[in-house]
Amino acid sequence: MKNVISSNQAVSYAVVSAKPQVIAAYPITPQSSVIEMIANFCDRGDLLAKFIPVESEHSAMAACIGASATGARVFTATSSQGLALMHELLHYASGLRLPIVMANVNRALAAPFNIKADLSDSLSQRDTGWIQFYCETGQEVFDTIIQAYQIAEQLLLPVMVNYEGFILSHTYEVVDIPKQEQIDSFLPLPPQRHCLDVEDPFVMGQTTDLYINFRYKLYQAMEAAAIVCKNVDTKFQRNFDRGYELIQPYYCDKAEIILVTAGTIAGTCRVVSDRYRKRGLNVGVLRIRLFRPFPKDQICQVLEGVKKVAVIDRDFSPGCGGIIAQEVKSALQGLRAHIPVYEYIIGLGGQDVTDDMIETIITRINNTKESEGCTWIGLLG
Amino acid sequence: MHMDRLARMKFPIPKEEFIHPGHTGCPGCGVALAMRYALKALGKKTIMVIPPGCAGVISGTFPFSAMKIPVLKVAFETTAICASGVRATLEMMEKKDVNVLAWGGDGATFDIGLQALSGAAERNDDIIYVCYDNEAYMNTGIQRSSATPQGAWTTTTPDSKNVPKKDIVQIMAAHKIPYIATASVGYPMDLIKKIKKAKDTSGTRFILIFTPCPTGWRYSPELTIRMAKLATETGIFPLYEIENGERYCLNRARSKRPLEEYISLQGRFRNLDEQGLQQIKERVKNNWEYLIRMTGEA
Repeated sequence: MKNVISSNQAVSYAVVSAKPQVIAAYPITPQSSVIEMIANFCDRGDLLAKFIPVESEHSAMAACIGASATGARVFTATSSQGLALMHELLHYASGLRLPIVMANVNRALAAPFNIKADLSDSLSQRDTGWIQFYCETGQEVFDTIIQAYQIAEQLLLPVMVNYEGFILSHTYEVVDIPKQEQIDSFLPLPPQRHCLDVEDPFVMGQTTDLYINFRYKLYQAMEAAAIVCKNVDTKFQRNFDRGYELIQPYYCDKAEIILVTAGTIAGTCRVVSDRYRKRGLNVGVLRIRLFRPFPKDQICQVLEGVKKVAVIDRDFSPGCGGIIAQEVKSALQGLRAHIPVYEYIIGLGGQDVTDDMIETIITRINNTKESEGCTWIGLLG
Repeated sequence: MHMDRLARMKFPIPKEEFIHPGHTGCPGCGVALAMRYALKALGKKTIMVIPPGCAGVISGTFPFSAMKIPVLKVAFETTAICASGVRATLEMMEKKDVNVLAWGGDGATFDIGLQALSGAAERNDDIIYVCYDNEAYMNTGIQRSSATPQGAWTTTTPDSKNVPKKDIVQIMAAHKIPYIATASVGYPMDLIKKIKKAKDTSGTRFILIFTPCPTGWRYSPELTIRMAKLATETGIFPLYEIENGERYCLNRARSKRPLEEYISLQGRFRNLDEQGLQQIKERVKNNWEYLIRMTGEA
């Protein structure tokens, strides 16, 4: 059924459809309405789950760890400072191989304080062993939550579904919510896994000198994750007539410049791409949807042969530049030809990213032969 | 005759063991004893949640384990809430007969895990939380915690700690949870009785178990039980219960043994001066009088 809802609402409806048994969460702007709705669904009996209203995000993730280790399908949602507070436990969740699904509403990290969109919160969690998706629309947010459970349960890895604060979380769009029977046939009950059980006692998460072997297993699971994500999306396409792939190229064949970005900035880039194509300059757009594991091979296939690549980051790693830019540059090492990568920092703290700003970027690229290093667009005053 | 008397005794400690022999605790470890008794009281249908600390070491390193029950090893400050998570799943799966036992040391309870414990207690989550109290971060090498008593040496209080031990029991009592008890490895029958009482109660149950530590307290390992008994007899660790944060019950009358008997056996109090000793005595006396008042017997 088609509904006009926000991405936060899309998440809560997706959670009802996925039927987790335990939800633990703590409110933070701009995530709050997700858990308000879920608390209501649990209260009304629309969702048969135990809702634990914890006293911090740290405890939200800890409760999910305890519940998932005992065999439940679980969910939590957070944002920014909350995700940063969870950091320690993100490692625990992946290390214990728990299929936890979490929605993270991308928001700037303090200080200074800012509650608007910025991808640095989740991108800076890239080494925690979580699969990470970045969405562009409310529909994609809904669908990715559903996909996330299947991916998590197949790989025994936690999955984080990211979408930008306010730009998506509080913006109303048409979102199709499939019938429950359709969701159930796509996402059956989770398969049995080795959990805490008084009939089969073992110690989970013990101290060990075999640590390196456990990490190797995690590496292997992550190596396999891109294919699993792809297969789950293919199956989703078959069942629901829509899918997203791991990366989304837009007019990248024969492009002279390709703009690489994540999240909602991609839409603005496509508008600008259309404009430039009419003017005779082929500008392609590549939206990265799956960030961990980083789909290197797929990205190289798209970028191979292009003259210039510009990575547009709504995030930033002090001392290094745009986080996605670093990943793209690293991926391109696999190619023989040298492709200059231009790096732009834009829209931090929810600043609007306009078509004019993207045009400015393209003009700058056209006027310079080599990358100018990390360039900041939209500084005020 | 002696053997005969033993045979006739109805020994109430359950025979079944849930910790394998050969665990990796120090000789004379109070924590290992407490775990052994508590698990005997709870039985096989128990899931244990253990943060880093002495209990984490005692339970063994992979691929070996000293435990015969399932255990989840969790982050230091999350003992209570991870246990709440385990309980939530059991509740959804309708496995009501499984005990969830959170088992943290004083550092994990008085210090880093206090927030999560307070959260669980405020929600009255259905868990048994045991704090094994050896009065410092023993596993990391005897650093002070807020459970370290005044006058005690630790590696981070090179002279001695100059502020008193935090009263965790009063903090928990303020949460009005259904059951709180203090227990000691010096009194195993009492300890088992209290764990069983906790088992038969629902909601958040908190038990503080006194577990002397020869390594950190600087006494000879064979004196652990004596140390535990002396702590109760001198009144520095009284045994009592609180129901719903209000109904107090003192389990053992304080004998007139002087505090010096307890203090003098431990190397950690070597820098305690006369003034400090008098302050501790005063506090012990006041606390005892407070507990008597709370029982309504005064």
